[in-house]
Amino acid sequence: MGLPIVAVIFAALVTAIIANRLWPLMFLHVVFGAAWTIIDLFLGFVIGPIMKRLPVPARIELTTRLMPRTVIIMPTIVTVTLAAGWQLGTLMGTVNSSYYNHGWIVASYIVVGCMAVIALGLLSPANIAVLFELKKPNPNPAVIQTLMKRFIYAAGFTGTLQLATLVIMTKIRVG
Amino acid sequence: MTAHAPERSLPPVTGLAMASLALIIIGGIYLAAHLPERVPLTPAAILLAASALLLTVNLVMLSRVRGFAWKRFFSVGRWALLAYAITAGLIEFAFLRDGVRGGVLVILTLSIIVYAVHVPILIAFTVARYER
Repeated sequence: MGLPIVAVIFAALVTAIIANRLWPLMFLHVVFGAAWTIIDLFLGFVIGPIMKRLPVPARIELTTRLMPRTVIIMPTIVTVTLAAGWQLGTLMGTVNSSYYNHGWIVASYIVVGCMAVIALGLLSPANIAVLFELKKPNPNPAVIQTLMKRFIYAAGFTGTLQLATLVIMTKIRVG
Repeated sequence: MTAHAPERSLPPVTGLAMASLALIIIGGIYLAAHLPERVPLTPAAILLAASALLLTVNLVMLSRVRGFAWKRFFSVGRWALLAYAITAGLIEFAFLRDGVRGGVLVILTLSIIVYAVHVPILIAFTVARYER
């Protein structure tokens, strides 16, 4: 069910970029950006601490239901947020170095760059490795715990960086 | 007694891959921060070369690991490669759509190739290292 929805979202993204109109690009950037921020904060600061206190079987149960969804949701919202955001910046001229708030725009590149390295280097591989472990006839709880700890800590760190994104984006919006 | 994940001595694939990705991202930020001005491409080219070098080092070190779960590595790696090739294609499409041309396009395209190869390697490595 998830992949057809992803295909529709990507088709909408490509259409918005080709059309290069303000509203569709703004819609995609704001909606998916908000989803990215909220999910990162929720995983890092709500689910993470709860999971740490759960007994191991309950952690595995939660992981079994959570991870197949995040492996689809996270790359999709990140791709749409960044692609729509870049096109929006090009359309509005905010990516140009002559833009009066250019320093804040560059700061957003740096924050997103840090999040990208963590997401691509730690979050995504841990997510997929957990799924493969769960598919085995006898999943190793220790492997799942190790990978989930990595996933939750990384999500918490990107959640913290998301707070910086909120500061930057609101500053850019009000000028 | 606390159970532990089966760890074995393996090359620092994750660390090198993250460093490689960080280098191309820094190069991308350098280029993006100066738009639409023309800037010297040398810093971005050096960062890209260093990133590609780390990719090569990672591949060489990984290829020397004995008894690694190569079957699992390649089965995961090829699907991850397909997925990241699609996202790389989307990024490249956005660059072409925005009129990026010349040396900047070459550097960005090569950076995307490094990204589209290195991330699947990292995913495949993380899955295969826990294969029993």
